[in-house]
Amino acid sequence: MTQFAFSVSFPEDKMRCFKCQNKAVITLQHGSICKNHFMNYFEEKVFKTINKYQLISKNEKICVATSGGKDSLTILYLTKKYLEKHNLPTTNLFALAIDEGIINYREKTLQDLKLFCQTHQIPLTITSFREEFEYSLDQAILKLKENSKKKQCNLCGVWRRYLLNKHAKEAGATKVITGHNLDDEAQVILMNIFKANTKLAGRMGPISGTQKVNGFIQRVKPLYFCTEKEVKLYTLLKGFQVQYTECPYSQEGYRHHVQEMLNNFESKYKGTKQSIINSFLAILPLLNTSDENIEIKSCQLCQGPANQNQCNACKLKETLING
Amino acid sequence: MELKIFDERNSTATEIIFTKKTVKDLLLQLNINSETVLVTKNNEILTEDEELTHNDSICILSVISGG
Repeated sequence: MTQFAFSVSFPEDKMRCFKCQNKAVITLQHGSICKNHFMNYFEEKVFKTINKYQLISKNEKICVATSGGKDSLTILYLTKKYLEKHNLPTTNLFALAIDEGIINYREKTLQDLKLFCQTHQIPLTITSFREEFEYSLDQAILKLKENSKKKQCNLCGVWRRYLLNKHAKEAGATKVITGHNLDDEAQVILMNIFKANTKLAGRMGPISGTQKVNGFIQRVKPLYFCTEKEVKLYTLLKGFQVQYTECPYSQEGYRHHVQEMLNNFESKYKGTKQSIINSFLAILPLLNTSDENIEIKSCQLCQGPANQNQCNACKLKETLING
Repeated sequence: MELKIFDERNSTATEIIFTKKTVKDLLLQLNINSETVLVTKNNEILTEDEELTHNDSICILSVISGG
């Protein structure tokens, strides 16, 4: 993997930063911007999101859900920076990674993650699908294809969220931070509309869920207003070692089609993704009210939170074991 | 002009003939959506309006990653 250390030079015909006239590295909606002003703009945007939505409070124990990819390394770095900036204890910060067991994908990103956490002195816990559910994702998908219409992204998502919550809780975390970015969120908003998932839609936003629920550690998204392109640029300019990887199953998913459609739209009509987010946030308070009386039970198998007698993670595991 | 292109998305290195001017023109020629990539030359980030020259070595980096 090639590590980049990005430089800036000065030919007269290149685009200039609207703030300082130095060479621009990206064109945003309000104008082109140089490396230094971009980094400042990006970091301030994340910190403002944290402050506006009160994503981090004093005395929190913070678990950052990390994969070793660009988004999670960025938010891991910026969470630590935020804590330092506000004189909050960084000893209450740790990273948690889930190894789904996807060959030629996950082991590469975990390599980058271990190096990153070592460099930035952030404790790291790694857990795996195989340890918890007796199957790696690759194995589970092979088995599921025989018997079920369950999609791999559905299985992966359910198991990952389960493990994040379980291990964050065991470690005493009061908050889980994820690296979901503006592109991710705009895609999910559209997916929920296309599938008429209004109840699910109500649980989205910079803070996941509509209410605090016993058994669930609240999940928050400080990168909520940052585009995928901005995150990538930030990692390049900071020199974070992030290998290019794409989940081998991602092309098969519904989300991939929505992502492609949205990127095509954005290239013709700049600002579309931001508008989707803005519209959604304007109606989120109305969507939230539909979830207020949900009853949370205890899973018969794992005693974790569930909306039926068994949680989805255990149900999926039972399906695999029993066929 | 000739350009050397390294595309991170499929780890391919190719040489192409390019008759237009800018990064934006290049992405159009390669049928790549500018929303999905960052373009660099000699480890320098290029914006879409920047003009390319003969024998430039260009890297196309994907902004989309993960699952």
